This record gives sequence, structure tokens and C-alpha cells, in this order.
Amino acid sequence: MNAIIVSTLLGVIMMFCSWGIKSNQVQKNIALIGLLILIVANVAQLNGWLVINYDTKGMLKFNQFGLYTNTLLFALTFIYVWINGEEISKLSNTPADFYSLFFFILCGVSVLTSFDNLLMLFIGIEILSIPLYILTGADKKNMFSNEAALKYFLMGSFSTGILLLGITFIYGATGTFLMADPVVNKVTGMAQEQVMLSAGLILLFAAMNFKVSAAPFHFWTPDVYDGAPTVFTSFMATIAKAAAFVAFINVFGSQYKALAYSWTILLTFVILATLLVGNIIAVFQRSVKRMLAYSSIAQAGFMLFALYGKTDITNEAILLYAVVYSIATIGIFAVLIKMKENSFESFNGLSKAHPLLAFVTTVFLFSLAGIPLTGGFFAKYYMLSALVKAGAGLWLVMVAVVFAAISIYYYFKIVQAMYFATGESALGALPKNYAYKLLALAILLLVLGVFPNLLLNYLYF
Amino acid sequence: MSIQYYIFFCLTLFSIGVVGVLTRRNAIIVFMCIELMLNAVNLLLVAFSKMYNGMSMQNGAVSMAGIDAQIFVFFIMVVAAAEVSIGLAIIVMMYRNTHSIDVNFLNRLKN
Repeated sequence: MNAIIVSTLLGVIMMFCSWGIKSNQVQKNIALIGLLILIVANVAQLNGWLVINYDTKGMLKFNQFGLYTNTLLFALTFIYVWINGEEISKLSNTPADFYSLFFFILCGVSVLTSFDNLLMLFIGIEILSIPLYILTGADKKNMFSNEAALKYFLMGSFSTGILLLGITFIYGATGTFLMADPVVNKVTGMAQEQVMLSAGLILLFAAMNFKVSAAPFHFWTPDVYDGAPTVFTSFMATIAKAAAFVAFINVFGSQYKALAYSWTILLTFVILATLLVGNIIAVFQRSVKRMLAYSSIAQAGFMLFALYGKTDITNEAILLYAVVYSIATIGIFAVLIKMKENSFESFNGLSKAHPLLAFVTTVFLFSLAGIPLTGGFFAKYYMLSALVKAGAGLWLVMVAVVFAAISIYYYFKIVQAMYFATGESALGALPKNYAYKLLALAILLLVLGVFPNLLLNYLYF
Repeated sequence: MSIQYYIFFCLTLFSIGVVGVLTRRNAIIVFMCIELMLNAVNLLLVAFSKMYNGMSMQNGAVSMAGIDAQIFVFFIMVVAAAEVSIGLAIIVMMYRNTHSIDVNFLNRLKN
């Protein structure tokens, strides 16, 4: 509750900042302070302190998991703005507008982590995606950015239509928008209309898959991630995606047992398709940005494992995976922004030009690939053990590991270019301290790779 | 009138919208088709709402059943309005750069 109210207020305040305050640096600092206030407000709710004590009539339900996810995603946004602030300022004369959009997205995030009603799911998804359409088209004079924005917008609203039809069918079958999985129709007291319920759930499933860019609904992802300004791609691929995943798990993970058996078949198909498409096409990409877009599809395939069934470590697995993946992706995009072009060749000989930057890039890539001692290893490990505990076949685990091995190929192409290829790296001018900020991120990943419990303990206290 | 008629009617409207999105080339028309999809859903929600309300009123008592679907409709209308404002802004931005709103133009990112 606190997070929803405070983030909206901060968004409005940020909007007016572009009016009176001309310095980009000051605007960035205001955004950072705002994010800190947001984190404090959210943690305060965990300790029972509320800005407004309002009865939401069961529309929103706040639990430890949702609030802690909020805290983590706000902290990730803080890191993101802290590193990318200068780059955001380059895109507009009034970067405060973008910061205010971030706050509105965070409002959507906090709705998505706490909804208990399909109406709030719809509202949260829309609050999350509408600012993203704007951010995608932020580079107004750039044709690619325009194209990506229009594509994302048309596809996004199309999937919203599908989502709404799904919700309507579920309502028609159950007589309620609450997610409590009633056995009988809430209004008539008769048994539910099974055909309509299944149709609704499948439509809802398709729309949510679209939002998290899982195959076969992934086709917008590479184009949009490629066309959008790189800073905002980094935001879309991390924080927005993690929030969509938490919403997905909220809807399907614990509720709607109606699909039970057929549900796992559907999910298995989607997971396999996502892993296959993401990993195989990523191998053939020549642009690093596009490769990262496909790799984000592949990582979504791994995160989908959390949906397989609700066990005691599902929450831990999805949180750890989302955080570790987000940190590594923010890091690798932050390096990519400073390159003059997006090709693999631009990384040639980076280890000689800037050894520290080459080292942190290697850590980010190792983490994405899931090499031990980096956070990515434990993230994948937790995810797979959650999968086994949920009762999936071992063959699925083996397929996942094989695809993780394939992913090493395309991640290590960059490492190989940095350390073994000769040539001039296309590294642009770096601001002061930039490499040290990234080093801090890399150290965070390494710490999480040894002590993942540092992150997970707070889930219970 | 039985609810089936409404379901089939709304699904027809929705399908017209889907087909329009997939086949039309003009960005504005694609956009109108998306609106058509949303309105088909609105109509279906109102039909369900009325159905549930009628069912629970059969024994004479005044009932609030089904009212939440109509509230949902208002939310959909508000969100659709917000989407229109963003969507038209994006289309105008694209028109300024390419002097066309043909969706076929959207293939530069492919290669």
C-alpha cells in the first residue's frame, strides 16, 4: 500500500522537477532520493507502519513475499539509475520525465506484487506497460526507436485484448474476479462451466506469456529490445520483466488448480519452445544487443520453471533468479552503452584497453551463463531444484542444463573477443568512476554466488 | 435471451478485431481493430453481469450480484483512453519521420 501511494506521489513530483530544475545532475539525485524514500516506505509497511490504512476489500493482499520483491525491485531501480543516470540525460533535455515514468512503472510493479483480484492484475499490467511504450519511443528522431515503439504498442495492446477476453471468460465461469479458485460458481452456486473456464485460463496464460516474452509469443522481443534506446532496453529486460514474472506466478502458481494435469503439458511445451528459440537463435546473432534480447528470452524460459508447481523453495528461486539476472543484465547493458557500436568485434582487445571493464564484463557474462562462484549458478541451481521438488520429470532438468550449456557458447563469444582477439576496441569515453560502479555490481554478484542466503533470509524475517 | 447469443456475438466482434489487426496495413486501422476487441470484451462483461444479476434476483430479493463486471468495464474504458493517447502520439511521431503510417514500414529492425 505504501509503495503504491508513495511511488505515484513521487512520479508527480518528478514530473514537475523538469520545470524548475535545469541541472541534469540534480534531477538524477532527486530521483535517487525518491527511490530511497520509496524503499524506506515499503520496508516500513513490512514493520506494520502504513501511510493510509485503507480497506481494499480483498483487491490487494500484502504478504512478506510481495513486499520483499518490491524492496528488491526498487533497489535494482536505484542501482540502475545510479549507473545509467548520465546516459538517460543524453536522450532528452528534461530527463526528469523519464524518471517520473520509472516511478509510475514502479507503481505498476507494486500493484503486480500484491494483487488478489483479476481487475488489479489488469490495472497493474497496464500501469507497467504504458510507460514502457513511451520509454521505447524516447529517442524521437531515431527511426528504429519509432518503429520499436509502434510495434511494441500495437502488440502490447493486442495482448491486452487477449488478457481481457481471458478474464471475462473466467468471470463468466466462476462469477467472481477474486482469485480464490472457487469450486462452485460464486453467484449461482452451481458447478463451474469447465469449458469456459479452461478457455479463459488459456487466453490469460497466452497474454501473460506475451508480457514475459516466452515463446511462441516472443516475436516482438528482439525487435523492441533492439530498437529501443539501450538504457531503456536494460530497464525493460530486468525490472519490468521480473515484475511481470511475479504477477504470472501470483495468478497461476498458487491459484487455479482447475487445469492441474493439462496445465503442466502446456507449460512444458512453452518452456521447451522458449529455451529452444532463445538459445538457438542467440547463437547466430551478430549484434550483441540482439543477442542479449534472445538471451533474455532464454532466461525467461528458466524463470518459467517457477510456475511448474508451488513448493517451499519456489519463491526463493524466482527471487534469486530475478535479482541475479537483473544485476548481470544491467551490468552488461551498461558496458554495451559505452561501446560505439553493438557488434561482437567492438569488444575486441578490451582487456588491453581497459582491463577492469573487461573483468567486470566477464563476471556479468559468467553469471548469465551460470558458472559457479557467480550468482547465476545458485539462481539456476535453486530454480532446477524447485522444478524437481515440484515433481517434474528429470528429463526436463537435463534439457534445461543442455540449453544452459549452449548459452555458454554465445556468452563466451564476448569473453573470447575481449581476451583473445586482437584489434582496437570501440570503447567510448567513460565518465569518472563508471568502471568502479560496475565493479561494485560485479562484487555483489560474486557475493551472492557464495552466500545466496544473504538475499533469501529476509524472505522470512 | 439466452447468454449464448451474447457470447457468440461478442466472439464474432472480437474475431473481426483480431483479423483486422493481423491483415490491415494502416496503423490507425490496426489501432481501431484493437479498440474493437476491447469493446467486444466490454459488451461480454456487461452481458455476464446482467446474467448473474438476473439469476440472483429470481427469488425476489434485490441483489448486487454481477455489479463488479460493470465496474470492470469502466476501468477498461479508462485504460483504453490512456492507451489511445499514447498510441496516437507514437503514430504521429512516426509519421513525422517517415511520412507514412503504413505498418509495412516496420521492417528495418529485421536486418
